[in-house]
Amino acid sequence: MKRSLRPLAATAIIFIIAYAASVVQFPGLLSTRVLGNFLTDNAFLGIAAVGMTFVIISGGIDLSVGAVIGFTGVLVAVLISWLGIHPLLAFVIALGVAALFGAAMGLTIHYLQVPSFIVTLAGMFLARGGASVITQDSVPINHEFYSTLTGLIIRLPGGGRLSFIGLLMVAVFLAGALLAHRTRFGSYVYALGGNAVSASLMGVPVARTTVQIYMLSSVLAALAGIVFSLYTSAGYPLAAVGVELDAISAVVIGGTLLTGGYGFVLGTFVGVMLLGLVQTYIIFDGTLSSWWTKIVIGVLLFLFIVLQRIIFAASAPGEKSPEKV
Amino acid sequence: MQDSDYVLEARGVTKIFGNHTALDAIDFGLRPGEVHALLGENGAGKSTLIKVLTGAYQPDAGGVFVDGALVTLDNPLHAQTHGIGTVYQEVNLLPNRSVAENLYLGHQPTRFGLVDHRKMEKAAKTLLERYGLAIDPSSDLGSHSVAVQQIVAIARAVELSGKVLILDEPTASLDRNEVERLFEVIADLKKSGLAIIFITHFLDQVFAISDRVTVLRNGRLVDTRQLDSVSRTDVVRLMLGKDIAFSGATDLEPERPTTDVLLDFKSYGRKRSVHPFDLTIHKGEVIGVAGLLGSGRTEMARLMFGADPADQGTITVAGKPTAIRNTTDAISRGFGFCPEDRKAEGIFGDLSVRENIIIALQGKLGWFRALNRDEQLEIAGKFGEAMDIRAASLDMPVKLLSGGNQQKVILSRWLATDPAFLILDEPTRGIDVGAHAEIVRTINRLRDDGMAMVVISSELDEVVAYSSRIVVMRDREMVAELRGKNINPGVIVQAIANSADEAQP
Repeated sequence: MKRSLRPLAATAIIFIIAYAASVVQFPGLLSTRVLGNFLTDNAFLGIAAVGMTFVIISGGIDLSVGAVIGFTGVLVAVLISWLGIHPLLAFVIALGVAALFGAAMGLTIHYLQVPSFIVTLAGMFLARGGASVITQDSVPINHEFYSTLTGLIIRLPGGGRLSFIGLLMVAVFLAGALLAHRTRFGSYVYALGGNAVSASLMGVPVARTTVQIYMLSSVLAALAGIVFSLYTSAGYPLAAVGVELDAISAVVIGGTLLTGGYGFVLGTFVGVMLLGLVQTYIIFDGTLSSWWTKIVIGVLLFLFIVLQRIIFAASAPGEKSPEKV
Repeated sequence: MQDSDYVLEARGVTKIFGNHTALDAIDFGLRPGEVHALLGENGAGKSTLIKVLTGAYQPDAGGVFVDGALVTLDNPLHAQTHGIGTVYQEVNLLPNRSVAENLYLGHQPTRFGLVDHRKMEKAAKTLLERYGLAIDPSSDLGSHSVAVQQIVAIARAVELSGKVLILDEPTASLDRNEVERLFEVIADLKKSGLAIIFITHFLDQVFAISDRVTVLRNGRLVDTRQLDSVSRTDVVRLMLGKDIAFSGATDLEPERPTTDVLLDFKSYGRKRSVHPFDLTIHKGEVIGVAGLLGSGRTEMARLMFGADPADQGTITVAGKPTAIRNTTDAISRGFGFCPEDRKAEGIFGDLSVRENIIIALQGKLGWFRALNRDEQLEIAGKFGEAMDIRAASLDMPVKLLSGGNQQKVILSRWLATDPAFLILDEPTRGIDVGAHAEIVRTINRLRDDGMAMVVISSELDEVVAYSSRIVVMRDREMVAELRGKNINPGVIVQAIANSADEAQP
């Protein structure tokens, strides 16, 4: 097996074992209802994590994701409820604003040579602050279009429901996987994460690719914000605080190397599902404090970082020392 | 020489950085189907010339001609469209991606906008077979040896450019078998009519595959020669300067009594870096190390100092067998090392002169015996005076000092630790004449005080002036030890150039 596939395989195996163990304890976990809710409840996180996967594969980080989700929720709610704009138009405006926001961050990162950590940290404060300036309160959305969208569900045998936003997340993951593994843009993202100097010498349009990566991340974060507003039927400036960190966790647990260059979009899907499983287990248990979720995520993250270190450090490539003849 | 013969030509190319002329009206022509070696010591202008030829730099005067027509090359990618491809010493590919993707990145075959992996891997397989590589094109590039990666890099460059291939020290990190493999590839490419510029420090390799050789020195063109009409000695002489006196032998310093052995290296070496060597160093002795750049001089120095630990052989310090695994071991046994690249490995540019001087002593003392400011000032002041360091204040950042003064600061740093053995790698490079003379005087004084030293230098006159013995390095191997009378730079040049000659009388 390729080295880069090993963390992904490990995640998948851990997910299967954890799921099986949970099912043994709570047979109710093995139902289409739970599986359907898995998708619905984690839809916004999953969509944001797809964007984060691209950023991390390219060797960067995007801390503004959670704030962009919150900002988008508020923007959409205000446009619909206060200004009476049709939700579809509001979505287009929100995605457009996010694209410009991401492009600005990408341009700063590339042309000013500022670490992505700092630039997106600034972006996080800007977006979160901007949302709170628009309103401090939760803005409810009561629009028939919203009811239509949330009413779009596919009923599964066994009482499960596949919601629109759950399916949207799956679609984003599939499109993301196609983009990462089957397009030139995808190969440029990996190239940047592998070695930016080599990449530019090999003709990768570094500036354009960097800007596109952060645009993609912000647009997907905005889409996650829209999904979140569908999920909660409201926009709240302090929504989704810290979601960027959950997204980073899902990406790393899904087998993407934090230093860039290696990773899989579908691995992130497994990562998101694993995080969802932990939460669902704790709800099923009922006696555990929900903060145990954080502890389990912490342990998992640590485990995966150690695992990656072992896999990637143990077999440093090209290091053989033949004797001179 | 007809100009129309040249596929790539530089005419009167001049490149000036500030008030330093890196290239001075260089003429250089490359014919199709030839391997043209480009030689010169560090700072001779090789890499600047290559950067002009690949569009990384724009010439300040003169021009680059492709197939006889003047072209302006904006950047290496633009040069590629003119048929000029480059492979660098450090393989500039992506170890995290597949071999096929490394060959075709940016030019992947697509179908309906999606990369067609199957088609790409098939093309990669056919392409690599031409280079005698039967590897799986879908495997990670990083899982292959440097030699294979190097060939993949060549395949990519040839595929995307196809007229001129520039190889910038491609053999630096390869072993002998791998080099031969690479040479077969080069020979094949040459047969197919490609023009190849080959840059290396290994003379054997130049003679093995090159047709012509161009030698640069201090930014000037020394000569371009047909290789079958020159000898190895001629080439070395061209590289080091024609003004080397071949008469007027100088005697080396008298050897010291053999009772005071300080260091004894026995078959000391490191794989892929330096061949095992034997060397005995006595107190009060200066061992000069001569050899071309890349001959293993610096590697030997780093090995002695433990900067790269040895993986074979033994070392005896003052009669006691010891192990030097790292630089801390070396310093605690009284070693000191002034590296070749002062700016990158020697000075702490933003720290003051005082801090730069006391830092090795403080390192030797450890955490718990911090030198207070008065002690620091006293030590720094003492050496500042003894070494005649010209700085406005001991508290000014050392990066503001001239090269010569920086070198004196580094020397002071080690002298403050009271070393028994000092390794100096090119102590006089890039410093002015006055400081140069002072450094040489200091070396002589330290030797007379009984310190043992190893001094590496490209300036043969200088080596002869202070050494008790001279060892000659070639191809990472100690090939000769010169001692006694009648040593002059000519003899050393001979020893560097000859393949099998042992020490001269």
